Amino acid sequence: MHLQIANLCKSFGYGAQRKEVLRNVSFDVNAGEFVALVGSSGSGKSTVMRLIAGLDSPSSGVVSLDGRPVTGPGSDRGMVFQKYSLYPWLTAAQNVAFGMELQRRSRQEIRERTAYFLEVVGLADAARRLPRELSGGMQQRVAIARALAAEPKLLLLDEPFGALDIQIRESMQEFLYNLWQRTGLTALLITHDLEEALLLAGQVHIMAPSPGRIVRSVAVDLDRSAMGQLRLSRPFLDLREELAQCLRGLEPALPT
Amino acid sequence: MPAFRRLIRHPWALGILGIASVLLLWWLITASGAVNKLFLPSPQAVWQAGQLQWNSGLLLKDAVASIQRVFIGFALSAGLALPVGIAMGTNVVICRLLEPLMGLIRYMPAPAFIPLLIIYFGLEELPKVLLIFIGTFFFNTLMIMDAVKFVPRELVETALTLGGRGLPILTRVVAPFIAPQVLDTYRINMASAWNLVIVAELVAATEGLGKRISLAQRFLRTDEIFMGLIVIGLIGLVIDLGFRALMRRACAWAT
Repeated sequence: MHLQIANLCKSFGYGAQRKEVLRNVSFDVNAGEFVALVGSSGSGKSTVMRLIAGLDSPSSGVVSLDGRPVTGPGSDRGMVFQKYSLYPWLTAAQNVAFGMELQRRSRQEIRERTAYFLEVVGLADAARRLPRELSGGMQQRVAIARALAAEPKLLLLDEPFGALDIQIRESMQEFLYNLWQRTGLTALLITHDLEEALLLAGQVHIMAPSPGRIVRSVAVDLDRSAMGQLRLSRPFLDLREELAQCLRGLEPALPT
Repeated sequence: MPAFRRLIRHPWALGILGIASVLLLWWLITASGAVNKLFLPSPQAVWQAGQLQWNSGLLLKDAVASIQRVFIGFALSAGLALPVGIAMGTNVVICRLLEPLMGLIRYMPAPAFIPLLIIYFGLEELPKVLLIFIGTFFFNTLMIMDAVKFVPRELVETALTLGGRGLPILTRVVAPFIAPQVLDTYRINMASAWNLVIVAELVAATEGLGKRISLAQRFLRTDEIFMGLIVIGLIGLVIDLGFRALMRRACAWAT
């Protein structure tokens, strides 16, 4: 698996209303990597995600997966949204099975894989529950299970924990990190939360707004054996402070 | 009195109380003889009129005739409004093409079409069924279109990134999401269908609940008019409750 993003540009509108949202965004994601895009709202990070998913097409530049240019959405790039991530009329198990049914897999396989991936995200007991009966964190875990069950080469996470309470968000971050370690998935995470990006990703790209572009790329090499302590460890805090300053420098100064 | 309290807290308790008080008031007024019974027949007289018509088979025949018209007209309207509404909700071109037209026709009162329908199709069943169709189709369509427009983008895009394409997106994402609103749309517009059938029968019909009322007027049989009104209301109520029950069964996730 190799995802290549080369000189991606995107503008919306025409003439005087034309708005440039992305300028020359380039980066790569290799198999097994966990990459994060961090930026404030308006930095175009969600647009990058949509272009990779094939839900929008770039004005110029190329997204290619294993050498083939992306021309539309497909199940090789699974996606988890922040909101409306589950189908409210389907149970947790039916949600997980949904993608596999669209792929016309055999019933037997769907049943087995549904059970397996619900187990992977720790929700085997919630199989028959409707989304509204699940907490926000559980809903996002079901959404992740559904995306994984469809066997994507790459998992796209668009602020997946953005709507969750802070405590739940922290446990979800640890969950996602463990999942990544266990399953060897390849993931691209979009977030405005620098700490989240540093905790999870081996490669972090910082994006600046108007027009959206990558201003800094950092390889994060931290000891993640103890997630709980990592948040408070010196190297982590130093790196976070350094990058936070970089992010602050991108914002127009607030009047004091 | 805990038993009484529990009774009064039942969700239907107050509603039944309201209906019962009106009945009681009606009975008191007629029993006192304050109003000429030609204008306001007593509840007993209305009940008797109903029994008489039921025993003669007239009531059932009229009800069946009216219900049949409503169901055929509304089934046509609902059946056609679903695909058209979905098409308008999902396709900008179709929407821009049809929405102004429908918005315009929607504001033409359906009963105003009766003279035309009679000229075109005579006095048989067709003009009545068409009246119901005209009176409900545009509302049904526009309300379904709105429901489709409110399908969250994420739900559709999730299906796309799971490998979904084309028709399954419609049948497995859009259709289930809008189902509760569609049922509610039908429930609301069914009330207009029920209004229209009575209007159509008042103008021209040989049988039907509306026809029976206009005949009763000719003979100053206010008891039969009251009876007809009550039966019309009751049937409408039953249809409404039926839609609600269907909604609870079929769309439990949304209730």
